[in-house]
Order: sequence, then C-alpha cells, then structure tokens
Amino acid sequence: MKRRDLLVGAGNLGILAAMGMGVPGISGAQALPQPAPVKGGILNMTIPSEPTTLVSAFNSTMQIGMVSSKILEGLVTYDGGLNPVPALAKSWTVSPDGLTIRFVLRENVKWHDGKDFTSADVEFTLLKVWKVLHPFGRAVYANVNKVDTPDRHTVILHLSAPAQYIFSYINTYGSQILPKHIYDGTDILTNPANAAPIGTGPFVFKEWQRGSHVRLERNANYWDPGRPYLDGIVIRFIPDAAARTVALEAGEIQLAVTSIPIPNLTRFADRKKYKINLDEGKFLSSIFLLQFNVRRPNLSDKRVRQAALHAIDREALVRLVWRGYGKPATGPIPSSVKKYYNGQTKQYPYDPKKAEQLLDAAGLKRGADGIRLKVTLDYGASSLEEERACQFIKQYLGKVGIQIELRSSDAATYLRRIFTDVDYDLMVSSLHMLPDPTLGVQRLYWTKNIVKAPWTNGSGYSNPTLDRIMEAAGKEADDGKRKELFRQWQEIAQEDLPILDLVELTWVNVSTARMHKVNPQGDGLFASFSDVFLTPP
Amino acid sequence: MTSETLSFIWRRLLQVIPVVIGIACLNFLILQLAPGDVVDVLAGDAGGSSPEYMAELRRSFGLDQAVYIQFYRYLSNLVQFNLGFSFRQNMPVLELVMGRLPATILLMVAALVIALGVGCALGVLAASRVRTAVDNLISVFVLLSHAMPTFWFGLMAIVLFSAKLGWLPSGGMISLDKQYTGWAHIRDVAAHLILPALTLSTFYLAVYTRLTRAAMLELYGADFVRTARAKGASESRVVLVHALRNALLPMVTMLGLQVAAMLSGAVLVESVFGWPGLGRLAFEAIIARDLNLLLGILFLSAILVTLINVLVDIVYRLLDPRVELGNRQT
Repeated sequence: MKRRDLLVGAGNLGILAAMGMGVPGISGAQALPQPAPVKGGILNMTIPSEPTTLVSAFNSTMQIGMVSSKILEGLVTYDGGLNPVPALAKSWTVSPDGLTIRFVLRENVKWHDGKDFTSADVEFTLLKVWKVLHPFGRAVYANVNKVDTPDRHTVILHLSAPAQYIFSYINTYGSQILPKHIYDGTDILTNPANAAPIGTGPFVFKEWQRGSHVRLERNANYWDPGRPYLDGIVIRFIPDAAARTVALEAGEIQLAVTSIPIPNLTRFADRKKYKINLDEGKFLSSIFLLQFNVRRPNLSDKRVRQAALHAIDREALVRLVWRGYGKPATGPIPSSVKKYYNGQTKQYPYDPKKAEQLLDAAGLKRGADGIRLKVTLDYGASSLEEERACQFIKQYLGKVGIQIELRSSDAATYLRRIFTDVDYDLMVSSLHMLPDPTLGVQRLYWTKNIVKAPWTNGSGYSNPTLDRIMEAAGKEADDGKRKELFRQWQEIAQEDLPILDLVELTWVNVSTARMHKVNPQGDGLFASFSDVFLTPP
Repeated sequence: MTSETLSFIWRRLLQVIPVVIGIACLNFLILQLAPGDVVDVLAGDAGGSSPEYMAELRRSFGLDQAVYIQFYRYLSNLVQFNLGFSFRQNMPVLELVMGRLPATILLMVAALVIALGVGCALGVLAASRVRTAVDNLISVFVLLSHAMPTFWFGLMAIVLFSAKLGWLPSGGMISLDKQYTGWAHIRDVAAHLILPALTLSTFYLAVYTRLTRAAMLELYGADFVRTARAKGASESRVVLVHALRNALLPMVTMLGLQVAAMLSGAVLVESVFGWPGLGRLAFEAIIARDLNLLLGILFLSAILVTLINVLVDIVYRLLDPRVELGNRQT
C-alpha cells in the first residue's frame, strides 16, 4: 500500500504549510519528529457519550461513527485536504459526462467471520441501506439509478444526473459498507449485528458493556499487511467532562476524542506529555451560527440581520469563548472546504455605528429605554461554549439596542420549538457543513427544505434565484462551473444573511504524547486507527 | 415471628400494588407534558431526516396514536410486567434495566452501609465525649459533609485520590486493561466502589451522625439507662445494648427516606464516576425522550422504594415490639 502512504504524505505536507491556525504554541505540535511505528499495546479512549448502536451505515450520529469506524469501513477515506484516498476501493474513475462512476475494490479483503468482501456487499448496502435508511444517504445517492457488479471487485454506479458530491460522502462515516450475508433478508434496523458488528476493519468487535465500554481486538487478517499496530482498543464512556479530563491526566485513558471542554485544554499544554490535535474534524467543517426566523415581522428585513452581524465582534467571540480554538467565519462555506471557499464576498466587520445606522434605516428607532427591538434567542444545552457564546451575543446586540431574552432547553424541546412549531426569533446551533456545499449547506437555504424536521431550513428563507443556483450546482459535472455557481451562492447568502455564520469550529482531540498516527486524516474523528501506535511510556 | 406480624407483612405487601400502579399512571401522564419526542432526538442526533421518514418512525413506534390509546397499551403491557422496547437503544427495556440494576444496587448498599456504620459510630463517639474537642471536630465534619454538593465532593475526591495521589481509579466499575477473575476481581470492584460510595453517602452520613448523637444524649438521661447502670451493667453494654438500640429507631425512619433520595443522587454520582448504573440510564432516557425506558426505570424504582419502606416498617417492629402495627382491626 505504498501508493496510499505517498498520496497521504504529500497531501499532509500541504496542510502543514497552509495551517495558520490562530492558536499559539499548538499548531507546531505536528512538526515534532515522528517515531517509527511500534507494535502492541491497548489504546484506552473516551468519546463524548455512549452510542446507541455500533453501525453507521444508517445512522450518522457522531459518536456511533467514532466507534464503528474501527470495525467497519467505507470505500474511501479523506486526507488532510479532504481529497478521497483509497480504503476498500483501490481506485475509481468517473466518465467525462459524470454519469458513470466505476470503483475497483481491493482484493483479499475478508469480513471478520471469514467470508469474502465483494462488490455484492457494496451493491447491497448502497441500494438497501444508504439509499433507503440513511438520513443523508437518501439525498447523496438519489441520482443513482442502477448499480452494476460485472465481477467480484468492480462496482459501477449509473447516475441520472452528475453527482460529484458523492465523492465527499463515501467514507466510513457517510457510507459504511455492511456484510450482505449478515443483513440480506433481515430487518436491517433491528439486526443483532448492529450491537456486535462484523466488519472488514482493523479491529474486531469483542464486547459492549452497556454504560461502561466497548472492547475491540486486533484483526489478525486485516487486508493491510502489518497493520493494525495496536493489540486492541477500549472505548470508555465517561459522561462527565471534568471526570474525562482527570482520567486523561491520570493516564487512565490515552485519547479523548472531541470531549475535553476548551477551558480545560490549558491542563494539557505540556507537549512532552500531551498532544492536542486540531485537524481531524475538517471533514465535518462545522460552523457556529445564529439563525433568524425570517417569518417574524422585523427579522424579515435584511438590514436588521446585516446590522446584527456588524454588531457582533467575531474576533472577540473566538478569543473569549473558544479561547482561540476556531476562527471567524466569512460565509456559509467554511475555509476548510478549500475547493469551493470564497473569502471575497461581502463582509460585515465589527462596527456598532454602522449597525445602529442600519437599524435606524430599517425603522427600528431606540425607545425611551434605549431599546429598539426585543427578541428571544434559543439554544440547546449542548456545550459550555455555546451557552457562553449566547451570553456574548446578548451583550453585543444589547449595545445596539436589540434586547435579547435567552431561552435554554434540552435537545428535544429545542428541536421541537425551532423546526416543528417554528416558534422562535433567533437561535444558535453548530452545524456540519461537510466538504461539499450541496450536502452540508444547501439544506439550510433551500426553499424545498422548509419542512418540519431537525436541521432543515428552519429560518424559512426562500430565494428562487438562489434555489436555481443551488440546484444547478448539485447536478453540474464540470468543477470549474460548480465553483462559479458556489461563488454566486456565497454572495447571495452574504447579502441576505438569513443565517449569520459566526465561528468556524475546531474539533479538538487530546491524547498522550505517546500516541501517534502515521496518516493524518481530514475525517480523523472517524478514522479506522489501523495506523495508530503507542510508544512505550 | 408471630402470626400477627406475618399478617401485617402480608397486608403491607398488598398495599404496595395500588401504590405502584398509581405511581406508574402518574409517571405516564406527567411525561406526556414534555415537548418533543424520541423521534425528534433521533433525527436531531443523526444530523437531519425527512419529515416522511420521521412520520414513518412515529407510526412504527406507535407515537402517532392518541394519548389514551398509548396509555391503555402501556397499562395493559405493565400488568403483564412487559416494560416495552427502547427505540433509541434498540433493546427491550427490561433487559436494559436488569443489566444496570446490579451496579446501582451495589453502589446504594455500599453507600448505605458507610452512611449508617460511620454515622452511628461518629454519633455515639460524639455523644460520649460531648462538648470536648472530639465532639467539636465531629460537628465541623458533619457540617461540611452536610453542606457540600455531592458532585463537587466527588470531583474533588477524583482530583485528589486519582489524579494527584494515584491511589484509586477515577471511574468505571472494573479495570478494563486487566481482566481479573475471582478475588482479584472483587478487590478491583471494591477499589472502584470506594469513591462513588463515599460520595453518595456523605449527606446521609451527616444526618445519621446528628440523629445518633441527639438520640444518645437524650437516652443517657432516661430512666432505663440509669437502671441499667444501677444494676451494674458495663458502660459499653449500656451504650450499645440499651441506648443505641433505642437510638436506632429514628435512623430506620431516615433510611426509608434515604433509599428514595439515593436513587436520584445516583444520577449525579454515576455520571461523575462513570458508574454503569440506572441513574445515568435514566438521565440519558430523559434527554433522549426515551419514554418507554424512563417509565420502566421509574416503575422499577417505585417498586424498590415501596418494598424498602415495607421492610423499614418490619425492622421497626423488630427493634421495638411496642410499636403499634398500623391498620389493626379492633
């Protein structure tokens, strides 16, 4: 698998050069010399909360992917630049008209129960699982009309219209391949293998002690000779953030995936003992955003929304709330999506005077008490940072006369209020924009996605011009033309601002300095860990 | 045991049934008031879904039915002791709960033993050295453990004993890197149990200490203690047999209350220590609106608490045969 290593290595140099992260003293951590891989050892890791099942093929909940990706695999994985690199597929070709995609699968891959992995598994999973049961898969593979499997190691997708975004979702997290011989003819959602998966990955499922841990052991017959390096992985569920921090400090766990609160990161600043990895969540490309319910009278005026963006000091927000982990967003497509990002759109620098002018122009004069407008701001109790960011926004909008009442609720109440009852003024959320705007961003702006379901176009914003652009970008085969469509899209979004993109979030993984990875991945939160090794203490 | 006592026990056990069913009905109705359902949470966690798929899920979970039909189904399942299916965890509720119950019971029993044992000992000690330095020291200790928030105490204990000193594990129930068996396994579980059990016991430890101290001081002046001393009983016999036995009565009352409070305290302690028990499962069920699971946990907790209260009544009777048995027909 030399070719893969080379590819990934080259991509990685690119990221290092481009990585101008605003966190002093941490961005250089990657440059320390990498030791040679060592065999053996058990990796104890923790994830934010216990998964409800161990299969990602029909459920895109993050913590499921973090465990499942060690056992089951996808056709590709992503390098640091979010380009697909081989996993179960050795190579692929797209026809010039974009209507046929041909994957060549790796040979000599076995399922953990000894059966051969073949093209029939891919065909089955695509048609019966991704297209039917996966919340995003149904959209991603909507254009796939027919799947051919001319031999055991070739899969050909025939599309009704080009769908380039498929290549941004065909990794383990988005499109995990299930064994046909276990799932065919059963109720896929309730198959017992969902709690004891049989995969092709570097680690074999051993036990799942509910409420405590999942134990995995090395796959002696893994297709990548010499890997995995680890003897096993124990994934522990520690619900309390402070307890996770202490467990990492005490050396009881070696890796905490996205689960250490940012204020606690200072305790892991010693680079001789710990590593802080900021690059593994690029695949998700998450943005912290403030969304308006544009159905509300005053909020339907774009000058009010523009004023709000001028009134929020995003530099200070990143510095104070996220302690520098993250950076101000400039539009709906995050800068990590390098291929389509356009930073040259209309910007709204922090300027409270301008904000007040815009509000005056919109007819919202200050009352005798100095207040122009009273609105509510809803947030789910999902993280400490989100809560503090809401307090920050309340302060800054208060300065220009927009009085905010904060409303916090648990996930179920929040989702019901925003997306089903549509009974809110402002809301914040942290959403994954994914490497392709058609997948991650379109859902928030598209008129056809004003529906009663979570994480849809909850603002109720509708713009026929933008709809046409987004739909055209979705079925465009030519990358140059897609880029142009995305450029127009970003400009319209930045002018109308139904959503204020505030902060590009960084997913933070903390590990002991003894833990190393040979191939850094852009989808590293959902990496297989076949390349992870622990040097002796 | 006299036949009178036996019939008393039998009567009390029969009373448990309507109480538990009443609690189950209330639980169901109150939980209907929470906005949002498990399908909202499932779709939210998955990063989105289509309204059609969500409607399909609701249909298959029976959530599209009118509340009274759901209520009827819930009750008819319950009388067959069928606790239903957790759609989020993809497992029968009974299986989930039974998997977690042993851990919670172990934690509760350990905390009870610590609270009662240490509380009693400290109370007796304070009463016998009343208004000395020892008594004052115990009072300060009691004040602190009574006032400290449980989760904070737990976290500080982890920071001190796990992170700084490295004496005890910071969480979990067993060492996952070493698969112990036999005695080594029991020692391993015990090491993991110490901090959470101590944390869960602090509040009631303080209560028991105070109760014992007050009761003992009162009893020292009682006639029967003076009589015991007069007939030449040793001081330890006076303290342990005559006074303490009577001092135990209010503590037994408190014990019945404590069991109920402990189940809710377990939510915090189990979260802080990653203890794989029922408290955390209940908390997760609330957040996820997994109502079948939550109702199942509440139902079993109700049975547990009412049964323990029956037990408390019986112990009362055994400690002091003069105690009237309730509901006696005259």
